[in-house]
Amino acid sequence: MIRKTNNIPTRVGFGEGLKELGKKNKNIIALGADITASVNMNLFAEEFPERFYSLGIAEQNIVGVAAGFALDNKIPFFSTYAVFSALRTTDQIRVSVCYNNLPVKIGGAHAGISVGADGATHQALEDIAIMRVLPNMTVISPCDATQTKLATIASVEQVKGPAYIRYGRDAVPNFTSENQEFIIGKGQELVKGNDITIIATGHMVWEAIKAAEELGKNKILARVINIHTIKPIDKEIIIKAAKETGAIVTAEEHQIMGGFGSAVAEVVVANNPVPMEFIGMNNQFGESGEPEKLLVKYKMKSKNIIDAVKRVLQRKK
Amino acid sequence: MDNKYTILELTDIAKEIRKDILLSISEAGSGHTGGSLGLADVFTSLYFNILNHNPQNPNYNNRDRLILSIGHVAPVLYAALANAGYFSKSELLSLRKLGTRLQGHPGKNHNLPGIELSSGSLGQGLSISVGLALSAKSDKKKWKVYTILGDGELQEGSIWEAAMSAAHYKLNNLIALVDRNHVQIDGQTNKVMDIEPLAEKWKAFGWNVLNCNGNNIAEIIDTYKIANSEKTKPTVIIAETVMGKGVPEIEGNYLWHGKAPSKEQAKLFINSLR
Ligand SMILES: Cc1ncc(C[n+]2csc(CCOP(=O)(O)OP(=O)(O)O)c2C)c(N)n1
Repeated sequence: MIRKTNNIPTRVGFGEGLKELGKKNKNIIALGADITASVNMNLFAEEFPERFYSLGIAEQNIVGVAAGFALDNKIPFFSTYAVFSALRTTDQIRVSVCYNNLPVKIGGAHAGISVGADGATHQALEDIAIMRVLPNMTVISPCDATQTKLATIASVEQVKGPAYIRYGRDAVPNFTSENQEFIIGKGQELVKGNDITIIATGHMVWEAIKAAEELGKNKILARVINIHTIKPIDKEIIIKAAKETGAIVTAEEHQIMGGFGSAVAEVVVANNPVPMEFIGMNNQFGESGEPEKLLVKYKMKSKNIIDAVKRVLQRKK
Repeated sequence: MDNKYTILELTDIAKEIRKDILLSISEAGSGHTGGSLGLADVFTSLYFNILNHNPQNPNYNNRDRLILSIGHVAPVLYAALANAGYFSKSELLSLRKLGTRLQGHPGKNHNLPGIELSSGSLGQGLSISVGLALSAKSDKKKWKVYTILGDGELQEGSIWEAAMSAAHYKLNNLIALVDRNHVQIDGQTNKVMDIEPLAEKWKAFGWNVLNCNGNNIAEIIDTYKIANSEKTKPTVIIAETVMGKGVPEIEGNYLWHGKAPSKEQAKLFINSLR
């Protein structure tokens, strides 16, 4: 059984990863968008003040400034709430960063509905869909704080071009090991099982693990796969799951349309079609509330995954 | 910077660049004739006098960076690069055709020597210039960033975000030039969306502001030299230009912003070049 150690926000992992990168690599630059502490970039800013630049509340400009640094062989990071870092800036990211194929690393903070009380304007539920359609972009969505740290480091050490790292605000179970193998583009099988596969990303991986444990009590053996790299996606692990388990449920804290589940479905239908169900936000905006209550209201809990598993198993041949 | 060429020689080069713009756009059958012709004198001044660059070694680290924010005037950039020796002039006739290195708007991924940046979405080049200028300063490098902006482009809010940040970081190694031709696609800039008082705006944003006749090579060069001696501020040169400059039939006519001459028209235009 997978155990959590304690609850930590994934943004802490981003901050630690960035600071560690700063120590290892003098070319790492960080750009602040007036939300520096909240996205945990302050750790880097305090340690390397000469490599931190404050650019104020001007997200379109910050993307271009990052691209300019990258044109001169630096590796710039910027981060703000994902609604702004990925959405306010989409054209800048598309042309200045992706079309030029520059190593700009973008932190998408406060992703998902678990942002909570700030409400719909601050809950990024569209960023995966938008970032993953951009050519040259790598999209990473780690499942806990430890993995976010490794993902942040990998976004430089394993990715040459642009990368988007998605992480959340709320403290969530930390359950992966510092010593795990973290390879960009490679999914992780966390729970074995052959009746059905639950493929999850980000915060929803823990919910998937809990769902599998519950299902196990009813003799349904669910495989759980963590896809931390949404693009390039691990086709092999998905096709294998489709072949071996014959049914798939995806789970993400994001709109269902165009998001992570869609990315998985693209692989499944092209290679080995099996029935699928999708857990995520259903074409709606969020609202204010405690993260836990929002996840319940908008059906992104382990219970909803279990219901989806039962539905999809009825369609399984 | 070098004074290898006399003003008379530079004037001839500008004429040659205008000819190449007309030939390449008419061969392509589409493209932005007006803005490209209007900027021929600015690009001649840059590539044949102001810029430290090396067509034989386009990517050497200490070169000055020419950042074209208005990607639609790519034909003037291509013509200037070809005339400066970055690639053969015959390649200019491949503009906008399948497989070309001369994309409709500059595309770095097509590996044309001398292209610093892919651009074409207005309002982004000044931010990139700020990043480059900050990077040069952080490494104590002497090279400079020369940015070309359109006047209509200044309606983009992101330009002013960038302007604010350039002054905040005292980027005296950044020199932007505004192609002040007073026209854009829909018509006169003051009718579409007035950008005046323009010099006051840049001053209020903390910039050193210079003016020149952007179709007078001697003035352009002198103005860039003044800009190069600025110690604490980024400089903007508001360069008064005429859209379609050099071809009397189309000078000042905004309808030529994005129109290509036919091949016959191009011949007539080339004969009337002054
Ligand atoms: C973000 C963006 N919006 C719109 C366009 C389409 N467009 C291309 S050129 C242009 C007019 C630009 O005016 P100006 O900067 O004055 O250039 P000029 O007409 O003088 O060449 C427009 C609207 C674009 N390329 N990018």
